[in-house]
Amino acid sequence: MYEILKNEVLGSNIYLFEVKAARIAAKAEAGQFVIIRLHETAERIPLTIADYSREKGTITIIFQAVGASTRELAEYEAGQKILDLVGPLGVPSEIENYGTVVCIGGGVGIAPIYPIARALKEAGNRVISIIGARSRDLLFWKEKMAAVSDELLIATDDGSEGRKGFVTDVLKDLLEKEKIERVWAIGPMVMMKAVANTTRPFAVKTIVSLNPIMVDGTGMCGACRVAVGKETKFACVDGPEFDGHEVDFDLAMKRLAIFKDEEQRILAKGQCGGGCGCH
Amino acid sequence: MSLRKSRVEMPAQDPKERVKNFKEVALGYTSEMAREEASRCLNCKNPLCKKGCPVEVDIPEFISALKEDDPARAAKILKNKNNLPAICGRVCPQENQCEMHCILGKKGEPVAIGRLERFVADWEREQVNLKPEKVETINKKVAIIGSGPAGLTAAADLAKLGYQVTIFEALHVPGGVLMYGIPEFRLPKEVVQQEINYIKKLGVDIQVNFVVGKTATIADLLEEGYDAVFIGTGAGLPNFMNLPGENLNGIYSANEFLTRTNLMKAYLFPQYATPIKIGKKVAVIGAGNVAMDAARTALRLGAEESYIVYRRSAEEMPARHEEVEHAREEGVQFLFLTSPVAYKGDEKGHVRAMTCQKFALGDPDESGRRKPVAIPGSEFDMEVDTVVVAIGQGPNPLVPRTTPGLILTKKGNIQADEETGATSLPNVFAGGDIVTGAATVILAMGAGKKAARAIHRYLQGIEK
Ligand SMILES: Cc1cc2nc3c(=O)[nH]c(=O)nc-3n(C[C@H](O)[C@H](O)[C@H](O)COP(=O)(O)OP(=O)(O)OC[C@H]3O[C@@H](n4cnc5c(N)ncnc54)[C@H](O)[C@@H]3O)c2cc1C
Ligand SMILES: Cc1cc2nc3c(=O)[nH]c(=O)nc-3n(C[C@H](O)[C@H](O)[C@H](O)COP(=O)(O)OP(=O)(O)OC[C@H]3O[C@@H](n4cnc5c(N)ncnc54)[C@H](O)[C@@H]3O)c2cc1C
Ligand code: SF4
Ligand code: SF4
Ligand code: FES
Repeated sequence: MYEILKNEVLGSNIYLFEVKAARIAAKAEAGQFVIIRLHETAERIPLTIADYSREKGTITIIFQAVGASTRELAEYEAGQKILDLVGPLGVPSEIENYGTVVCIGGGVGIAPIYPIARALKEAGNRVISIIGARSRDLLFWKEKMAAVSDELLIATDDGSEGRKGFVTDVLKDLLEKEKIERVWAIGPMVMMKAVANTTRPFAVKTIVSLNPIMVDGTGMCGACRVAVGKETKFACVDGPEFDGHEVDFDLAMKRLAIFKDEEQRILAKGQCGGGCGCH
Repeated sequence: MSLRKSRVEMPAQDPKERVKNFKEVALGYTSEMAREEASRCLNCKNPLCKKGCPVEVDIPEFISALKEDDPARAAKILKNKNNLPAICGRVCPQENQCEMHCILGKKGEPVAIGRLERFVADWEREQVNLKPEKVETINKKVAIIGSGPAGLTAAADLAKLGYQVTIFEALHVPGGVLMYGIPEFRLPKEVVQQEINYIKKLGVDIQVNFVVGKTATIADLLEEGYDAVFIGTGAGLPNFMNLPGENLNGIYSANEFLTRTNLMKAYLFPQYATPIKIGKKVAVIGAGNVAMDAARTALRLGAEESYIVYRRSAEEMPARHEEVEHAREEGVQFLFLTSPVAYKGDEKGHVRAMTCQKFALGDPDESGRRKPVAIPGSEFDMEVDTVVVAIGQGPNPLVPRTTPGLILTKKGNIQADEETGATSLPNVFAGGDIVTGAATVILAMGAGKKAARAIHRYLQGIEK
């Protein structure tokens, strides 16, 4: 059992949990994730390690309550325990001193981009970060991001904060202005696809972190398979980071939608409390 | 009682009923049936049957106890050698192991050793629940990686010798394929957990949610004070065929299909939160035990038609005869000499059809089976909305990748001595599917047993 030490609301429907997990904290690196299972009948869901403290033996996860499992997680309070937590999974980000790099976090993707930006900064890079969301109430960790960036740029779809528009608009200007060595982008699949399309003409290597459906997270089931270049990869063990110019995003998006009907059904069950006998 | 040539039949759920539920198919012997079957055993002076059992069960001895109507003694004898008898009695391929050697098999049917084993183990679990004897502890620690049959057996045998044993398991429950792969209707998960509870009572500590190679490496464990390590991580990497369209929705590896159903209980969705999508017409590619399990599971999940699609013919099917029979009885259909070459999907990316090619049997290949040869121009389309790819598994690379100095075979399996499990590293042993490639429960257990013995010798400073 893994105790939740802190439950904080970061924005509309966005939550931060700090969880006691000393062994995972001891090994965690930027770019890795955990899989949690809340209780006996829950599903296994992957969440990025947004931060960790080796001293305190804790990890931080940030998530958006989008469906049944994440909404249920959101109900948990500090002091309560999660049944299963396993990690750190996936291959850590490739951190080196590249020169000038851009880190892009869209929506809840701001959380996983943070440890990467921090590690890149610590490795000596000049880090320009771009964070974006639909509107300002979905933005979080501005100060934390600013602290690990040489420059922090903000974009919102509705212009309620920073520049009105997409993160890709900001990125395009940067690419035209100066030499960028590498780009990291984490956020919704459509955003990562758009970022890859923006950097392609500039031939700037772009790393994206894919979030396919997973079950075990150890390379055993193949649910997480994604097409990268000509090959099929298992995101949980070969990724989750891949070269964005090689990823088949359209396939990845279709695969994410496979359980749409079931997601609706289980949400409906949650809303009527289940005990009604209507299903 | 006169000597009967044929064995006592074991009752089973009616096929028409059982295909609608996940309850166990084979129902087990009653005491009377068990005694009658036991009375067929000749209690041979030189029991050939024993040669066929990788965990060295004292077969005539436990059967004699049954004959004398002393199931408690039978259970003691059985458990002395076999730590997982209720599991073996259900899924051991007995016809190729102990029963193949039984003398009675020469003229009639061999003694139904597996069924008797199952009876004794079930009786013991329900009636007495044997407590392990206390042993003197040895102040040495052994780490076991993976809680499949290989790891569980090595752990139990080492604990019985007095070692302090910890199992590290990646998933949230122990059991390996016994929990996530083999379906409930062949091996109830409750039975598996009760056998594992017995192993815990021997003093074995099981840490779940621990991926060796990620949560800690083998080097970390040795540094933390473990004196020896046994690797029993199994063959858990699903193979695909790399065909066009293979990543369409509705195409699962057998591992995903079975894990969702068995481990995550998707058949109880939405009470259990893990979903599975099952169509009307399911094609399972392959014809091993895993394929039969998937095809039968599909029917239970509500598929209208379930097909085994296999590129060789009925004779070459690697699945156990009994499994094929059970599948047939339940309505699984077989398409032989056929294999997919591509999949076609709809605009949402869901599989709708499978282009297949027909094959003919040519000359025998290395395995001695006649080789399938594609017939040019024989392609045809088959409508399907769910596909399960069950063409085997490879070794999971997580441990090898993070263990410098561990020598692998060409296929990526861990190189280990057949008799001892010794690897290229002095204090690291390995056994089960990670060494042999996908095999059987009993072979994995046999490897665990031999490795436990070798680890004991190593830790006592005898030799490796
Ligand atoms: C490696 C990895 C890291 C992740 N890190 C985070 C994280 O740090 N924070 C976070 O909030 N989420 C993260 N996710 C996504 C998270 O796992 C899913 O949002 C979660 O499983 C949804 O469960 P649910 O039952 O609440 O929603 P569902 O009912 O399953 O889905 C609701 C909606 O979310 C979409 N969805 C489902 N699964 C995913 C997915 N994997 N990614 C994106 N959308 C999805 C569905 O299409 C649907 O529209 C990560 C996923 C992976 C694979
Ligand atoms: C669907 C199916 C049906 C089968 N039916 C039969 C049958 O009827 N009869 C029969 O004899 N055999 C059958 N088999 C084969 C049999 O189950 C296997 O040969 C046997 O389970 C192998 O045992 P093992 O201990 O080597 O590995 P496994 O049972 O595969 O167990 C390995 C364990 O190690 C864990 N692990 C892996 N990597 C790590 C890591 N890095 N850190 C920690 N833990 C890790 C895994 O999660 C798993 O729990 C079947 C197999 C399948 C898939
Ligand atoms: S464990 Fe398997 S091989 Fe050994 S006696 Fe039992 S059924 Fe036969
Ligand atoms: S060989 Fe057959 S008859 Fe002889 S002891 Fe073994 S089971 Fe009994
Ligand atoms: S989640 Fe199962 S293989 Fe990646």
